[in-house]
Amino acid sequence: MEAYETLKYDVLIIGAGGAGLRAAISVCERGLRCGVVCKSLLGKAHTVMAEGGAAAALGNMGEKDSWEVHFRDTMVGGASLNNPRIVEIFAHEAIDRVLELEQYGAVFDRTPEGLISQRPFGGHTYRRLNHVGDRTGLELIRTLQDKAVSLHPTFHMEVTITSLLRDGQRVIGAYGYDRISGKPIVFQARAVVLATGGWGRMYRYTSNSWESTGDGAAMALEAGAELIDMEMVQFHPTGMLWPPSMRGILVTEAVRGEGGVLRNASGDRFMYTPEYTPERYRGKFAESTEEAERWLDDKSANRRPPELLPRDEVSRAIYKEVKAGRATEHGGVHLDVSHRGAAYVKRKLPAMYDQFLHLGGVDITREPMEVYPTVHYTMGGIRVDPETCASTMPGLFAAGECAAGLHGANRLGGNSLTDILVFGKRAGDGAAAFAEATDHGVVDPDQIAREEATLNAPLGRPAAETPATIGAELQEAMQTDAMIERTEVCLSRCLDRIHELQQRCDQIGVEGGRTYNPAWHAARDLRFQLRLSEVIVRSAILRKESRGAHWRTDYPNMDPDWGRRNVVARMVNSVVDVDTTPLPEMPEHLRLVMNEGAK
Amino acid sequence: MRDKIQLRVYRGDASGGETKEYAVDTYPGMVVLDAIREIQASQDGSLACRWNCKAAKCGSCSAEVNGKPRLMCKTRVEEVYDAAGVITVHPLKSFPIIRDLVVDVSWNYKMAETIAPLSVPDDVPRPFRMQQADVSRVQEFRKCIECFLCQNVCHVLRDHNRKDGYYGPRFMVKLASLDMHPLDDQNRREFLHETAGIGFCNITKCCQEVCPEEIKITDNAIIPSKERVADVYYDPVRMLLRRLRRS
Ligand SMILES: Cc1cc2nc3c(=O)[nH]c(=O)nc-3n(C[C@H](O)[C@H](O)[C@H](O)COP(=O)(O)OP(=O)(O)OC[C@H]3O[C@@H](n4cnc5c(N)ncnc54)[C@H](O)[C@@H]3O)c2cc1C
Ligand code: SF4
Ligand code: SF4
Ligand code: FES
Repeated sequence: MEAYETLKYDVLIIGAGGAGLRAAISVCERGLRCGVVCKSLLGKAHTVMAEGGAAAALGNMGEKDSWEVHFRDTMVGGASLNNPRIVEIFAHEAIDRVLELEQYGAVFDRTPEGLISQRPFGGHTYRRLNHVGDRTGLELIRTLQDKAVSLHPTFHMEVTITSLLRDGQRVIGAYGYDRISGKPIVFQARAVVLATGGWGRMYRYTSNSWESTGDGAAMALEAGAELIDMEMVQFHPTGMLWPPSMRGILVTEAVRGEGGVLRNASGDRFMYTPEYTPERYRGKFAESTEEAERWLDDKSANRRPPELLPRDEVSRAIYKEVKAGRATEHGGVHLDVSHRGAAYVKRKLPAMYDQFLHLGGVDITREPMEVYPTVHYTMGGIRVDPETCASTMPGLFAAGECAAGLHGANRLGGNSLTDILVFGKRAGDGAAAFAEATDHGVVDPDQIAREEATLNAPLGRPAAETPATIGAELQEAMQTDAMIERTEVCLSRCLDRIHELQQRCDQIGVEGGRTYNPAWHAARDLRFQLRLSEVIVRSAILRKESRGAHWRTDYPNMDPDWGRRNVVARMVNSVVDVDTTPLPEMPEHLRLVMNEGAK
Repeated sequence: MRDKIQLRVYRGDASGGETKEYAVDTYPGMVVLDAIREIQASQDGSLACRWNCKAAKCGSCSAEVNGKPRLMCKTRVEEVYDAAGVITVHPLKSFPIIRDLVVDVSWNYKMAETIAPLSVPDDVPRPFRMQQADVSRVQEFRKCIECFLCQNVCHVLRDHNRKDGYYGPRFMVKLASLDMHPLDDQNRREFLHETAGIGFCNITKCCQEVCPEEIKITDNAIIPSKERVADVYYDPVRMLLRRLRRS
C-alpha cells in the first residue's frame, strides 16, 4: 500500500456548494475542528450557476404569503411524495435562513420599501423567489464562502473523495486523492457530512457541470446507507437547444416569471391547451392570454399564466408538442420575452441576455429563444432524518441536492437554494452534536487498500476502453431510454446497457501520470455514474405509475397506492436491491394546513 | 465558419513544456472550451484544464487565447482563429503553472482570508431596509466571478510580481463592495492603504478592459477608494488626478 497523509477533524464536510458551506459555518460556530473538501476551487461549485432565486415566504410583495402556503405548494408540486416533516421544517426555516444570508452580506434586489424583492416562479402561489437579477446562486455561494472563510475551517480544494471509511457499522472518515498531485489522503472524522450535489451528468443534455457525477450518493450507498426516490429526475422545461455547443445549458425559469411566453412552431400558446393543466391545478391558472397579459401588471387580481405550471407539467407539454410535429427548426419550442421591452429584459435578466447574445447569437430583446427540456436536478438521494439530516448509517449525514425527501416527485424552482441553507445548517448542527458525543474510530487498512486498487487500476493499463467513450455511451443510453417518457421496455434495455458498460469499465486504461490528469479522474467518477444510473433505472422500473417527473406511458395514471410508498435502494451483498418503504404519515396539524388550501 | 481548426495548446508543468498542435472539427457555436474538451475526448485525455459551468458564470476556465486573457467558454472559435484557422491557448502567465492550462491561484484565496467580513452594528433593525439605488453599485462589484483575469493582466502583479505589496484589482473590487455597503461600519481605509497596497495601482485600466462581468474596476471601485484613502494618506496618483481636475 502506498504511503498516505492522514488528516483528523471533528467533522469532515464533503462538498463546498451552498449546503457544505452552510454546514461548515454551523460546525465552526460550535468550536469544532472542521475540514471541507471539494473537487473544484472554492466558489465554483454548482450552486454558483443558480439563477432565478431562493424561495422563502417573506411576504414582501404585499401578498398574504406564509410558511403554510409554501408548505402546501411544495407538497402539491412534489405530488405528495415528499416527507411532510421535512417540508414543514423547510417552509418555516427558509425565512430565517434567507434573512440570515442578508446579514452575512448578501445584497438582494430591493422593493420600493427597501425590503428583499421577490419574483413569481412555477408552482409558487405568491411571489416568493428572493433574487439578485439572474445570478442568485453566485450571491449565495460567495456570501457563504466569505462567511465560512472568516470562521477558519480547513479547506481542501481540488481533492476528490472516492470512498467512505467505516469502523463496523459507523462511518469514521473518507479516502480521497489530491487532484493536483494525485497523492492519496485519508481523512478521519467523528462525523461526516455529504453535500456533494446531484447527478445530471448521467445524461447527454444537462444543465449540470462535470462535477455532478453523484459521487456522494453512490459512496453512501456503497457504505451501507439507503437512497430513496431515485427514479425522480427533473427535466427542466427550458434548456438551450441551439447552437449545438450550448445544448442543455439552462434558460432560467425567471424568463417565464418575468412574462416570457411559450409558443410552438405554428405560433400557438400551447400551454393553454386544457389537457396540459392537470386536474389538481385547474382553476388556478389563467385560461386566456388576455388574463395572463393583465397578470403582468396586476398580480393579485389575475391568475398566473400556465407557463408557470410546475416543471414536470411544462416539460411534458413541450415534449408532446414536439412529438406531435409542432416543433421549431431545431426540434423544440419558442420562448419569447421580447414583448417586455429591451430595457426591462436587460435589467431583470442580464445574464440570460448576455448568454444568448454571446453564445447563442440571439438577441432575446428582439427574437424568441429556442428551447427544449434539459436534465436539471435530482430529487432522489440519501435518505435522511428530518431533524438532524442523519443518514441511515451512523456517523454519516447528508444535505442539499444529494439528500432526498423535500421535493418528492418534482422540485419547485427556487426551493433548492433554500433547501441547501436550511438543511446545510441542520446537517452541520446534527453532525457536530454527533461528533461531540463520540470518538474517532479505527481506520481499517483493508478498506484503504481496496479503494487504492480500484482508483489506480486504469493507470498504465492498455487503453482498451477510455472513460470518454464509456461515459458518452452511458449518457446516450440514459438520454434515449430513461428520459421524460419511460416504459418498461426502454428502461429494461437501458439497464442491460448499463450492466454491459459496468463490465467494460474494467478495461479502461488512461495515458499520463497522476498530476492533474482529467482522464484518470473521469475513470473513477464513471463508476459512480454507472452505479447511480443503475439505481435510477431499477427504481424507475419498480414504480409502476406516473407521478411528478416520473412518466410511465405504460402506466399513465397516478396510483394512490404508489402514492403511499417511496422506492428505496440499498446494497445487499454488494448488489443493488430496490424495494418500497411506506411514506411517513402526514400529522394532523399538517393535514389541516393541506385542507385549508383545498377550500 | 471553418470546418476544421488548429489549436496550439501549451503542454507542460513547472519544469518546462512546449506548444502542441491539435486539429479539431468545428460545429456551430463552438467555443474554445468545447475545442479543448474535444481534444480531451478523442485525442489526449490527460490535457489539463479547469471548467465548471460552461456558461461564463463560475470563472474557472480562464486562459490566454492568442495572448489575450479570456474565459474559454465565452470565446467563440470563429472570433479568434486567424486566416489559417489557428488559435493558441496558453495558461495565465501571472500565476505559477501546475500543468497545461491549470495554474496555481491559491495566492488569491490567501489574500481573501485577510479581508474583514461585513460588519453591521447590532442596533441596525433586522430585516435590513436598503434602497435599490443605494445597493446597485455594490451589486455591480458582487457580480465578480473570481476568474482572476484582472489579476493576470495587472502589471503590478504580472510584470513586477509585487504580490507581496498589492492585492490586485479583484480585491480592490471586493473591498469596495464592503466599503460601499450601506450598512457596513468598518473603516477600511488603513487596510486599503497599508495592507492591500492600493497605492501601487496607477490606474492604467487594463483590468477593467478584460473583466468578463464588465465591472468598471478602475472607474467605480479603485478611483473612489483612492479618493477615500487620500483623505488620510498621500497618494501620488490621486494628487495628480486632483490637479488635472482643477486645471
Ligand atoms: C443552471 C442552474 C440553475 C439553477 N437555478 C436554481 C434556482 O434559481 N433556484 C434554486 O433553488 N435552485 C437552482 N438550481 C439548483 C441548485 O443550484 C442546486 O440544486 C444546488 O445549488 C445544489 O447545492 P449543493 O450544495 O447541494 O451542491 P453543489 O453546489 O452541487 O456542490 C457540490 C459540492 O460537492 C463537491 N463534491 C462532489 N463530489 C465530490 C467528491 N467526490 N469529493 C469531494 N467533493 C465532492 C463539489 O466539488 C461541490 O463543491 C439551479 C441549478 C442549475 C444547474
Ligand atoms: S488599473 Fe490598477 S489594478 Fe487595474 S491593471 Fe492598472 S494598475 Fe492594475
Ligand atoms: S473583477 Fe472581473 S476580471 Fe476580476 S476576477 Fe472578478 S470577474 Fe474576473
Ligand atoms: S466554465 Fe465557468 S466561466 Fe467558463
